[in-house]
Amino acid sequence: MQALPHRMISWLHGRYRELAPHLVPLDYTNNPDIKLPLSLLVSMPELKENPFRDRIVQTFSEDGQGDLSFNDFVDMFSALCESSSRELKTRYAFKIYDFNRDNFICKEDLEKTINKLTKGELTPEEVTLVCDKAIEEADLDGDSKLSFADFENMISKAPDFLSTFHVRI
Amino acid sequence: MPKDHLITSENDIGIELEDSGEGCDTRNGKPTSGRKRRRRRENKKEKKKDEGRGSRNAQHAVDSGESTEKERQRKRRKDREEKAEHVQSLDKSKVNNRDFAAKNKKNLKNEKTRSKGRPKREVEEGEAKQPQRKGCAKTEENEQDTCERAGKKKGKKKHRKKVETSSEQESSEDGDKEGEGEDEEVEEEVEEVEKEVRPETLTPEELEKLKEAVDDKKKLIQALRGKPWPMKKKHSTLRESQEFLEKYEGALGKGKGRKLYAYKVMMNKKWMKFKRDFENFTTACIPWEMKIKEIESHFGSSVASYFIFLRWMYGINMILFGLTFGLVMVPEALMGRPYGSMPRKTVPRAEETNAMDFAVLWDFGGYAQYSVLFYGYYNSQRAIGWLKFRMPLSYFLVGVGTVAYSYMVVIRKMARNANETGGGDENSFNFSWKTFTSWDYLIGNPETADNKFASITTSFKEAILEEQESRKDDNIHLTRFLRVLANFLVLCCLAGSGYLIYFVVRRSQKFALEGFENHTWWERNEVNMVMSLLGMFCPMLFDVISALENYHPRVALQWQLGRIFALFLGNLYTFIIALMDEINLKRKEEDVVQFNMTMWEASLHNNTTSDNSTAPPLFTHPADVPRGPCWETMVGQEFVRLIISDTMTTYITLLIGDFLRAVLVRFLNYCWCWDLEAGFPSYSEFDVSGNVLGLIFNQGMIWMGAFYAPCLPALNVLRLHVSMYLQCWAVMCCNVPQERVFKASGSNNFYMAMLLVILFLSTLPAIYTIVTIPPSFDCGPFSGKARMFDVIQETLESDFPAWISKVFSYAANPGLVLPFMLLMVLAIYYLQSTSKSYKEANVELKKKLQMQNEENKKKNKRAALKAAMELEEARKAPFPRVAEQSYNPSHQHRRHDMADSPAGSFSSDQGRNGDDQAPFTDCRRSQPVKASASSHGRHANQGAPAGYPAGHPRQSEPARLQRVASTQRR
Repeated sequence: MQALPHRMISWLHGRYRELAPHLVPLDYTNNPDIKLPLSLLVSMPELKENPFRDRIVQTFSEDGQGDLSFNDFVDMFSALCESSSRELKTRYAFKIYDFNRDNFICKEDLEKTINKLTKGELTPEEVTLVCDKAIEEADLDGDSKLSFADFENMISKAPDFLSTFHVRI
Repeated sequence: MPKDHLITSENDIGIELEDSGEGCDTRNGKPTSGRKRRRRRENKKEKKKDEGRGSRNAQHAVDSGESTEKERQRKRRKDREEKAEHVQSLDKSKVNNRDFAAKNKKNLKNEKTRSKGRPKREVEEGEAKQPQRKGCAKTEENEQDTCERAGKKKGKKKHRKKVETSSEQESSEDGDKEGEGEDEEVEEEVEEVEKEVRPETLTPEELEKLKEAVDDKKKLIQALRGKPWPMKKKHSTLRESQEFLEKYEGALGKGKGRKLYAYKVMMNKKWMKFKRDFENFTTACIPWEMKIKEIESHFGSSVASYFIFLRWMYGINMILFGLTFGLVMVPEALMGRPYGSMPRKTVPRAEETNAMDFAVLWDFGGYAQYSVLFYGYYNSQRAIGWLKFRMPLSYFLVGVGTVAYSYMVVIRKMARNANETGGGDENSFNFSWKTFTSWDYLIGNPETADNKFASITTSFKEAILEEQESRKDDNIHLTRFLRVLANFLVLCCLAGSGYLIYFVVRRSQKFALEGFENHTWWERNEVNMVMSLLGMFCPMLFDVISALENYHPRVALQWQLGRIFALFLGNLYTFIIALMDEINLKRKEEDVVQFNMTMWEASLHNNTTSDNSTAPPLFTHPADVPRGPCWETMVGQEFVRLIISDTMTTYITLLIGDFLRAVLVRFLNYCWCWDLEAGFPSYSEFDVSGNVLGLIFNQGMIWMGAFYAPCLPALNVLRLHVSMYLQCWAVMCCNVPQERVFKASGSNNFYMAMLLVILFLSTLPAIYTIVTIPPSFDCGPFSGKARMFDVIQETLESDFPAWISKVFSYAANPGLVLPFMLLMVLAIYYLQSTSKSYKEANVELKKKLQMQNEENKKKNKRAALKAAMELEEARKAPFPRVAEQSYNPSHQHRRHDMADSPAGSFSSDQGRNGDDQAPFTDCRRSQPVKASASSHGRHANQGAPAGYPAGHPRQSEPARLQRVASTQRR
């Protein structure tokens, strides 16, 4: 039981260090107060193609700006790994899709999400239609934005949320 | 390193949960003493943490959240004895430098205490709090020295207190430099102590307690999963409790269980991995899956449905090919008499000179005609080779078997598709799911990502189209009128072309009787030309007409398919008529030849007898023997030629119509007066209906001709294989997606229905020829028999015992067959009607469910409004009311039910409990907003970091109660 985590951590450390070999020391036993900037982190192959890469990194960074310490880095991967719980994933998914961090997924957030997903190939009318429909479907309390409870209720019934919301490490 | 646990511990949660799911109910063990101890423990922890936090606070001193937390912590500390010490240590620690590991660990613990310390402690019901508290207590126990372990509880407690206080003082005093080091030492010590624990040294009482604690830990781990904390806190808590569990589960006599557990965990992981690999393997095994996925992502499911259909047809043809190749062609080639041994296996003398020319071979004449590829080559010998292979029987059975198999497969597929479409089309969250779960986070390859973007866009477009179509409600009368008009026009078209075909065919029959030689080229090829012209222009006409109808594109495609199908039936009709004419012609010729043959044989006989009666019979080379025209081979040849020319036409139109057009449009666009790409010629779209119909009719030809040309399935496999690659390429490189991408199910029953009709239509002539026309006298496996199916009777008589043929003849008696058929019809009728009623009931239920859902939603909305108003009132009203409301035990109870119920059953709960639950949920949900709005001054200890989702039940409850408590205090 001990072997695997150690391997994982050292692997993660390797990945972390790979991003900036001159910044990250090999030895982490003392004084490792180092943060890697967002621009470096999103160039990882795991995140590079993800349309929400900036949001993911920002969500896991302590200050919300996207600079990750190694701690945050490990946090990120352990939340996104395959075996983390549905609830945890739901929670972080909500944070990721909540672009303006007001604890609600409102129309604005939805529009951003859809535009990122489709690379802006839908016309504004179509995007509005999709937003309206999505809110209409998932909004239980009629405030025309999605609270976490709405989101959780919706995502808990989604067939492939768990299978798609993880990275392979 | 504490960090080592971060990931696995998490991995382990899941498994742990599964294993220890049925934890115990002992979590209310002994709260009071636990609380005391916990406080002490917390203080200690906090001290450590504060040291750890020091540098961080310094860093983020600006952060208001942090500062309020600090405030809160200070407040909390006032209640405690060691307050002064703490402040001191906090101040000191700010200057401190940190060892990474220690800092990390402490931070984790610190955060944990910070965020849930206060509210948890004050509310007894907090779910996971008690187990946690217990856990802490237990670990403390572990800290006790080994000698105490055997002692009684009371003595322990006292001693422990002393030890703890002293150690705390020590650590806080020698403070900053040594702080973390010492902590680590303590930790190590603990571990050592734990390792030494042996079950034998424990009293039963302690064992009880241990068990309790273990169960508590399990509970904690279970609850941990649902905790809304950041991972760090979870990990530290989890790590503690898991270490504990590992140590003590073994100590409690579960040593074997532990090994088994580890083994189970390992096997579980391996199994998961294996399953995933196997899944990947199976998808990799599905031929062309990736290609089709790629096309689907760019062109939508309607185009993909064609390729899926093509792949399915390929599969069927593989089976047909296997049957004909393995049971007919190979045995004849290996065990039958070799080429040149008989007249039917030899090229006639007249054709010998150019039998090897490419033009002849391309036309399937010459050597190709006299080979296993065609019916005529087969010998009528009953059994061939050392295996005594019954060749004629096998030939007949394979012919029947291919058709029977095709029927079976098509019908089975249709039934399965119907099942698929019948069940579970839950798309109540269609758009939200598309928005939030469609991106696959695993994608790391730019190409795959591009495909995914395209497919998401396409699926959005499809969904939007469906939505728009469902919203569309124009003038229903106008639409109806236009639809009737369109159908009328199409019918006129079809009738006209039908008459044209009939007329042309009659004319060509007349020409044929007169002889083609004295007619012009046009007159000779009239039928073909008319057919291809109709095939070219009518679909376009239908397309224009269908624009009138204003159907959903999926329905429009089906109409289009149906209409072109009707048109193509004319094609089939002419082909069959022409074939029958030719068969009759050949049979007349055959009669003449047969007569000549007898004359020739007689003359041969006369010659020999006149020469010398004892001389050996004259040997004539098989190539010189006169032979009949063998209409079966002729039919086979016709079909093969048709397939070849059809394939060629398809490929050439593909290359010219799609590829050349695309190239021209692309490159001439640089030097043209208008925009070719957006304007007139543009790129072509993929013609789903035309391609599907081409495929279906092609298959019909195969079914019709396979009996007379066993090579047809092989040819068709080749053709489908090539067109799979060619069309995939052509679609990806020269076509543009349709303007209105619509959703079509990958397994389209409409295609299947047409295929079934064609199968039926194409077996009719085949069966007719087999049953009514006598086989040629000198070629093929059935030569010499009156009818082809006589081979069955022959086999029954000679190869089976007599009683079987007797039984068979009885069974074939109309007196038995008719009642049996009647029974079958009745059974079909019964099943049909029951399935219909089931379907109706299903639809009814679905409707009800939907109605209920909508009603619930409405209720919810109303309740939410009401609750919001009430909340507003409650805010203004005096506090006692609020307190009373929230401390109402029944309310609380219900709330717990809510919190405990899994998220998935959220709405169903609401459905059941209806109105009275709804206000509460909404109250709960809207609470955090309020809390956060007013949190700055009074109760910032909700501890939600920026961007923290607030609606979660387990988190919001303590927060709410905390709010109440604070209002009371005020």
